Amino acid sequence: MTSAFTQAHITYAAVVPMLVVFGAALVGVLVEAFLPRSRRYWAQLAITLVGIVASFLTLVLSARNHKGVTAGAAVVIDGPALMLQGTVLVISFLAVLLMAERFDLSAPDAFTQSGASVPGSPMETNAVKLGATTTEVFPLVLFSIGGMMLFVSAGDLLVMFIALEVLSLPLYILTGLARRRRLLSQEASLKYFLLGAFSSAFFLFGSALVYGATGIIKFGDLASSIGTVTGKDDILIPGAFLIAVGLLFKVGAVPFHTWTPDVYQGAPTPVSGFMSTTVKVAAFGAMLRMFYVALDGLAWNWQPVLAVVAVLTMAVGAIFAVTQTDMKRLLAYSSISHAGFLLVGVVALNKTGLSGTMFYLVAYSFTTLAAFGMIPLVRSAGSEATHLSQWAGLGKTSPVLAAVFSFLLLGFAGIPLTSGFTAKFALFSGAVGHGATWLVVVAMLMSAITAFVYVRVIVLMYFSEPNGDTHVLMPSALTGIAVTVGALATLILGVAPAPLLNLAQHSALFIR
Amino acid sequence: MTIHDATGVASIGWLMIGLPALGAALLLLGGKKLDKAGPYVAVLLSWASFVIGLLILLQLRGKPADDRAMHLHLYSWIPAGQLNLSAGMLMDQLSLTFVMLITFVGSLILVYSLGYMQHDPDKRRFFAYLNLFVASMLLLVLADSYVLLFVGWEGVGLASYLLIGFWNWNPEYATAANKAFFLNRIGDMGMLLAMFIMFWAWHTVSFSGVNAAVAGTGKGTLLAVGLCLLVAACGKSAQFPLQSWLGDAMAGPTPVSALIHAATMVTAGVYLIVRSHVIFTASENARLAVCIVGAITLAGGAIIGCAKDDLKKALAASTMSQIGYMVLAAGLGPVGYAFAIFHLVTHGFFKAGMFLGAGSVMHGMNDQVNMRRFGGLWLVMKITWVTFGLGFLAIIGFPGFSGFWSKDKIIEAAFEGTGWKPWVFGLTALLAAGITAFYMSRLFFMTFMGKRRWTEDVHPHESPLTMTIPMMVLAIGSAFLGLILGPTGIITDWLEPVVGKHEDSQHVLGGAPLMGSTFVLMVIGIALAWKMYWRDPVPITPPVGSPLTQAARRDLGQDDFNESFVRRPGLHLTRSLVFFDNKVVDGVGNGSAAGIGGSSARLKKMQNGYVRTYSLTMLLGVVVILGAWWVVQ
Repeated sequence: MTSAFTQAHITYAAVVPMLVVFGAALVGVLVEAFLPRSRRYWAQLAITLVGIVASFLTLVLSARNHKGVTAGAAVVIDGPALMLQGTVLVISFLAVLLMAERFDLSAPDAFTQSGASVPGSPMETNAVKLGATTTEVFPLVLFSIGGMMLFVSAGDLLVMFIALEVLSLPLYILTGLARRRRLLSQEASLKYFLLGAFSSAFFLFGSALVYGATGIIKFGDLASSIGTVTGKDDILIPGAFLIAVGLLFKVGAVPFHTWTPDVYQGAPTPVSGFMSTTVKVAAFGAMLRMFYVALDGLAWNWQPVLAVVAVLTMAVGAIFAVTQTDMKRLLAYSSISHAGFLLVGVVALNKTGLSGTMFYLVAYSFTTLAAFGMIPLVRSAGSEATHLSQWAGLGKTSPVLAAVFSFLLLGFAGIPLTSGFTAKFALFSGAVGHGATWLVVVAMLMSAITAFVYVRVIVLMYFSEPNGDTHVLMPSALTGIAVTVGALATLILGVAPAPLLNLAQHSALFIR
Repeated sequence: MTIHDATGVASIGWLMIGLPALGAALLLLGGKKLDKAGPYVAVLLSWASFVIGLLILLQLRGKPADDRAMHLHLYSWIPAGQLNLSAGMLMDQLSLTFVMLITFVGSLILVYSLGYMQHDPDKRRFFAYLNLFVASMLLLVLADSYVLLFVGWEGVGLASYLLIGFWNWNPEYATAANKAFFLNRIGDMGMLLAMFIMFWAWHTVSFSGVNAAVAGTGKGTLLAVGLCLLVAACGKSAQFPLQSWLGDAMAGPTPVSALIHAATMVTAGVYLIVRSHVIFTASENARLAVCIVGAITLAGGAIIGCAKDDLKKALAASTMSQIGYMVLAAGLGPVGYAFAIFHLVTHGFFKAGMFLGAGSVMHGMNDQVNMRRFGGLWLVMKITWVTFGLGFLAIIGFPGFSGFWSKDKIIEAAFEGTGWKPWVFGLTALLAAGITAFYMSRLFFMTFMGKRRWTEDVHPHESPLTMTIPMMVLAIGSAFLGLILGPTGIITDWLEPVVGKHEDSQHVLGGAPLMGSTFVLMVIGIALAWKMYWRDPVPITPPVGSPLTQAARRDLGQDDFNESFVRRPGLHLTRSLVFFDNKVVDGVGNGSAAGIGGSSARLKKMQNGYVRTYSLTMLLGVVVILGAWWVVQ
């Protein structure tokens, strides 16, 4: 340890995608402060979308050619980081389209017009009367995206923790902004915040223990020195486990999953879609880096723990999904079981597992986002009809919606010619024979149960009598594009997954 | 045997799959404009597949026996690193045999459907699904790797599922579709596991790659792969213990029962086993498991067939039993592979023919299926009677008819070998042949012979030509196909390069004594049925019957078993686990975030909406992880 301060060198070409996103977010804050209310929606939407696109372009044109460790090893731009940053950007673009959906209203439909007011209070009524908008969601989303991009490229424990908070805090607010059933939404927000803070504490404490044992926070150095540290296992290994807990909370792994259904149900549906996809991508990205790089040397210790967590996650996700009656909760449990499948790839700890996990994340995100994008279309008495019984008979009343949604469900179930199949195949064939064969057997069993869950919904839509008061809204181009892209990706990644699989394969190399 | 790159007609072999797939897409997306012309387009495209298949078959016949396998590369499907999967077609003797069966019988059944579904408002959708089925089935048999086969495998499952539930206004049918899907998923799991093990052990899932890699693999791995494949076959082919969906699947339109649940899809399991013959030949224990499954199913199916009064369900039981014969033959190893396929082909003809006949009977009898209200139909439905009769003679193995040539070969093969196995499997197959004669005669006599027991409102009449012509063609096949292919050695010589040659060995029972006893048992079966269901009057309300009959009526308890040991505990488990999740948290939605009212303490409060419980769960998780580590230390 030297005492002299030296300025870290930053390769700006490598981190410019993150800077663009954060810059756009700051512009968004200014817009919120200075632009009149009537013009904010379009301005914010344009800034957000342009920001995301620009960030993606810089990622492809600039950052891709400047792989390496930068900013004093605080940020690592390598294959997995680039691939997952790109995924977060693409999925976020679609999610923002969903959030902007207005259904002929003056403000985005999913969000309350006055987040700070007490539900049902005169203040709320007044805000609605004045035509208030909650366009703050756009800069909030951008901050969160920036946090996720940093999360997957963090090079040391502290930066990873900061990124975790940057991505999480905006989500806590976004969760509480639902237009309808506001109490449920605010309750979800508070729950998410409390539990998120709880898990962050674990992460931070774990980091402290690891630092205490090794005196190192940089992942690369941790990787090379963990094997040489002796006699400090009593601090080091619990530290590693506590870090794992913080990350497992974010992906919604059992027993750290309890927030998932409540939060997904309470949050505005597009936000649920955003959380269940991009957050999962980011958190798995961070987890992969943590376990494949920093804690690689402790694999003997964490692999059995993660394997047990994976089994629990798959089982709880699958079994609880069976009796759900709410579509958003059903998708929440489905996302839990998918997190379990993804953990199988993490446990595998090899290159195929890494590329398989990344491919699975992409495939899963497109399908999930499209599914969440379709939920707001089904309405009953002015609000979203999320109860399963309200989806009965949609096959007759709105065949297109039912057909697309059924296709997405088949994708979740992993039927061939959907991305779900190729993703499961890529993931599990990497895991088989690397000490995770029995996990794959469990995963197959659980995926049979979840398939039953999805098919039940299809049966409900096609074989039951329509429910009288349910109707389907005609979406604007915003939702239309997002859902179409998601469904098309589900199909294309099932039929011709080669380009993306190749990309994942070529990207599957961490720089230490 | 060497595999060549496809040339000539074979290089457009993908059209066999592409044309019906195109038909399905056209009909599904075409909208109401195609309501009239659509069905004809579907039929034409299916025949076009047949013609291409026939041309490729002729092309193969023109080559020397060992050069008859051709491979057509389609495109690189999942080409990343270790998992180098390409999509391609393998056109050899085995797959072409199936192509002929699928496209010929399939096209005939499509023609039949033109008449059968004439007045159905949704017939465009029906024909679209049928075309989808034909395309998927062809993909299944023409695939060059297990993964691509699996795509077809799921495709036929999906089509079958859609077609069982086609008349989806009936909730009972929807349940049947659901059950078929679920049991099939168990089979699919076996298929996936088999592929993962293959990938792990051999780094390949193509047929040629696997076949080349089997030699030198440990017995355990081969057994594991074999058993997983067997589970897959059981799901698709309705074999014990995954058989119970087939009877319920009869809820679908009758042409569907004929095509999917008799002639083609349900035989996919047999195809899978024969296609994987290298694995099964190398693993004796896996073969034994196949034989046991086959023997149990062929006996169980025959017993169930004796007790069913529903015409279609009796035929379904018979299908199960006959596929049991094929599975048994496939399990016998090189001695049986060719005969399994031979019986599969003849069965495809006579069983499809009989199902179409059943459809014709239902057409004339207001869609009734209760055989106790039939009887004496031979006078009013002559064509149906004759065509059905030929199928009936074929299935009971009446000398000279198709079933005689194929089924007796299986029974003979089952008696080959030494030790206890030939006695057990041989005698089971032999006795079941007698039972087959009994229940098929019972079915035939109750329907067409004896006194009329019709309900008052029926006016039975013969069906239109679009329906009877396919029945006649299939009947001709039932009568003569076995004679043409069997004793001439055409089918065995044709398949020999694929499935390998078998040297004759010891039979514990064979030749004339065996043929004699088969014949005697058949005659006894017919005579019994004649006495009970033709000479004596058939009561309209079914008699109570012996315990065995009662058990057989209930599918030998398979459903009860599923219900009480799989479904109900599963439901209870999940219900009590998630009780709170549903009842409580859903209730919180209306604003009373305060919490639970009237909580029941005996249930676990796992998902109750309280942050404190959630954080406690998390904390417990942490404690358990650290505690476990500490204990291990």
